Amino acid sequence: MANYLLRRLLIAIPSLLGISVILFVVLALAPGDPFGELTTNPAIPPEVRANLRASLGLDDPIHLRYISWLTAMMKGDWGYSFVSRIPVDQLILQRLPTTLAVIGISQIVALAIALPVGVYAATRPYSIFDQVANTLAFVGFSLPTFFTGLVFILIFSITLDWLPFVYRTGIDASGWRWWWEQFRQSIMPIMVLGLFQGATWTRFVRSAVLDVIRLDYVTTARSKGLTEGTVTMKHVVRNAMIPVVTLVALQMPAVFGGAIVTEQIFRVPGIGSLLITSILANDTPVIMAVTFVFAALVIFFNLLADILYGWLDPRISYS
Amino acid sequence: MVSGVILLTLILGVLLGPLVWTLPIDEIDFSARLQGPSWEHPLGTDDLGQDLLARILYGGRISLAVGFAAMLVAVVVGVVVGALAGMSGPRGDAALMWVTDLFLALPQLPLLLLIIYLFRDSLKEVVGPEVGVFILIVAVIGGFRWMPVARLVRAQFLSLREKEFVEAARALGASRTRLVVRHILPNALGPVIVAATIDVAAAILAESTLSFLGLGFPPDIPTWGRLLFDAKDHLDFSPHWALFPGLAIFLTVLSINYVGDGLRDALDPRRVQ
Amino acid sequence: MTERLLEITGLKVHFKTDDGWVRAVDGVDIGIATGETLCVVGESGCGKTVTAKTILKLIDMPPGKIVAGRIGWRGRDIVPLSPAEMRDIRAKEIGFIFQEPMTSLNPVYTVGEQIAESVRTHEGLSRKAAMDRATEMLRLVNIPSPQRRVHDYPHQFSGGMRQRVMIAMALACNPRLIIADEPTTALDVTIQAQILDLLNDMKEQLGTAVLLITHAMGVVAETAQRVVVMYAGKVVEEAPVGELFANPRHPYTQGLIRSIPRIDRAATEHVRLEAIPGTVPSLLNPPLGCRFAARCRYATEACVAAEPPLREVAPGHKVACIL
Repeated sequence: MANYLLRRLLIAIPSLLGISVILFVVLALAPGDPFGELTTNPAIPPEVRANLRASLGLDDPIHLRYISWLTAMMKGDWGYSFVSRIPVDQLILQRLPTTLAVIGISQIVALAIALPVGVYAATRPYSIFDQVANTLAFVGFSLPTFFTGLVFILIFSITLDWLPFVYRTGIDASGWRWWWEQFRQSIMPIMVLGLFQGATWTRFVRSAVLDVIRLDYVTTARSKGLTEGTVTMKHVVRNAMIPVVTLVALQMPAVFGGAIVTEQIFRVPGIGSLLITSILANDTPVIMAVTFVFAALVIFFNLLADILYGWLDPRISYS
Repeated sequence: MVSGVILLTLILGVLLGPLVWTLPIDEIDFSARLQGPSWEHPLGTDDLGQDLLARILYGGRISLAVGFAAMLVAVVVGVVVGALAGMSGPRGDAALMWVTDLFLALPQLPLLLLIIYLFRDSLKEVVGPEVGVFILIVAVIGGFRWMPVARLVRAQFLSLREKEFVEAARALGASRTRLVVRHILPNALGPVIVAATIDVAAAILAESTLSFLGLGFPPDIPTWGRLLFDAKDHLDFSPHWALFPGLAIFLTVLSINYVGDGLRDALDPRRVQ
Repeated sequence: MTERLLEITGLKVHFKTDDGWVRAVDGVDIGIATGETLCVVGESGCGKTVTAKTILKLIDMPPGKIVAGRIGWRGRDIVPLSPAEMRDIRAKEIGFIFQEPMTSLNPVYTVGEQIAESVRTHEGLSRKAAMDRATEMLRLVNIPSPQRRVHDYPHQFSGGMRQRVMIAMALACNPRLIIADEPTTALDVTIQAQILDLLNDMKEQLGTAVLLITHAMGVVAETAQRVVVMYAGKVVEEAPVGELFANPRHPYTQGLIRSIPRIDRAATEHVRLEAIPGTVPSLLNPPLGCRFAARCRYATEACVAAEPPLREVAPGHKVACIL
């Protein structure tokens, strides 16, 4: 197992490097000098501009520029926001916990929907429950998050007036009241994301369980006189989780995409809405850093999935 | 089945609709601002009094065009990468599959936003705002969606490479290109068609997302996502403005997904019952 | 005659398909005495596996359905039993060995855990005690260094070793009957003999009755005391093993015996290995008369007109043929 973990870690590093190369190539191909706002400013005399370019290393050969850029990214030296003049890493660290909380809780909601519904539907294939669940799942993942978000606001904030539709950072309350307000303002973004992922995962779980339920070892388990519940939980679901973990890991980029949209709709102050505001404000260092953080998060979650996969499947970790 | 009919209706609607419903998409009429559905404006009007039905029909053309064009890009890139991986030796195959996996792990939306942000202005200067953005969006969305197709094509290559009829064709002296075009690709067609169908839906969603974030087509082009973006600040007084384009996106994506699912069932040889 | 442990009479199991009901098992009588080995032979699709699985109700219902018949287990009909009552019989009274050792073990649990699972279910043993029993069972089926192997996963065993694990699992609760559904079909020839020897051994040691399902007449000759020959969902002949090989009465049985390759006859003797011509009739809509008539070289009009009943032609020798 330790061996397996080490191997997965070593595989994650080239992936991270690969993504950084792609990011850097995009940046290098971009017209103008996205980072050199000052160096192209016509108000600055040409010789000062040339000096600036040299000091920023903008005239170096491309591989040297990549290495210096990568070292800076690795050291957390991400520069200053053009707009707020705050160090980018600070800006991101302020915002990251909110994003992780919203994503994390919504994924738990998604699992809480997908696991029971998917398993129950698959153990009764083509029953009415299965068909209803299947249709709802289809509708759920065909509904774009930005539309569900707007419909939620329309129903719960405007028509019913139950929930606030803008997320506030400073809630002027404490204790239970603070938690209550926090809950009221978080529930819509979390549900929008959670329902969308829940619908996708329900389909994954259902088809994985359907694949496993036909296998011989399930009949073996039944022939041992185990109850249907034990057979389903211990022998079917446990094995069905293996492909589901892989599929969920492949979904991580889409999850982050959904988070960006949701944060934007509900004005949740996470790194997703930070990305959008910086793009609208041409704040290149922030845009670059946020993209890089998203990439690192995807790699991190893939690694986590790999570890989970190795733990679930002894054929992987013991070979 | 039903989904196929709905999809066909939607496609015909946006293709032929503007011929029947001839109201201009940009006629500003302040006397008819933010009106709900009426005979004159079946889907109501926006804050400038522009007719929403006309705008949705026009936006649908763009959404569907982006969807199909991006799908084509994805399929072409996917087939090429998959075929190269399937034909090259173990090392080339491993390298290409590593790149494929890498692309699967990219945070697509942030990168999409980044690329459009960096390249939008220069492309606009070269080919004009509309065509420029169209090319950029199609290329970038397609460029991030080719991986499933590449994997499918490669898998077909690996499984078919050793099969008898391919061996037989090789023994008869068929050239490599001929083998690929005549024998291997047709066999990979089924799964690729399914993946391509789903790609259309995903591309439409991606384009709508970009427009919804205000970073897609220029503001004067009413794509479905853009309509939602404009409408979202007027939800309280004119919900119809957001609901109709949202429903259009939803119905299109849902019916395409259903068609894809139906195709998968029809093309899957190991389906049960 | 000894008391019959298992007594199946008139069993009919049909499966619902898009094209109608498939009569997989269509009136089968089988009985096994305590400690006896009975072989059920027949080609694939003749209903022998369905019969075996139906005894423990391991077929999927639906689409399967027990249409008629009685499955007497120690004097009690188990067809109407509730799922909970069936669970008490499974593993504890009747053990089951499946055809595919490669896929019949759950890949994510150690073999010890899988053997222990049925012991813990039926005997309420602690984890520790159940694992000890598992180790003991592995030793019994001749798996080397059982203390270590009990913690291994199925993928760390070869096919033959996995089938030994399956046998250990089926025997763990000391059942009165073991149903072995083609236990050697998926294995290499050399391993096949080892597994059959092991089954015979276990039967001798523990006094367990064995219902062995197979399509190989060679296996029958080596293990069985009595043989039931099935064809297209019906029993066509039943006899003690010596009697059957010496004096096969049904043309289908004769065909099966003639199709065994004989290594003791030189190729120069020009005795052709015979195949039975034709194919099994559709079980969707089986013919009115004898189901073998279409492939039978002796068939007469009477064979096509009415179904021949199973009749006793010698003590313990029954055949469903009018000839």
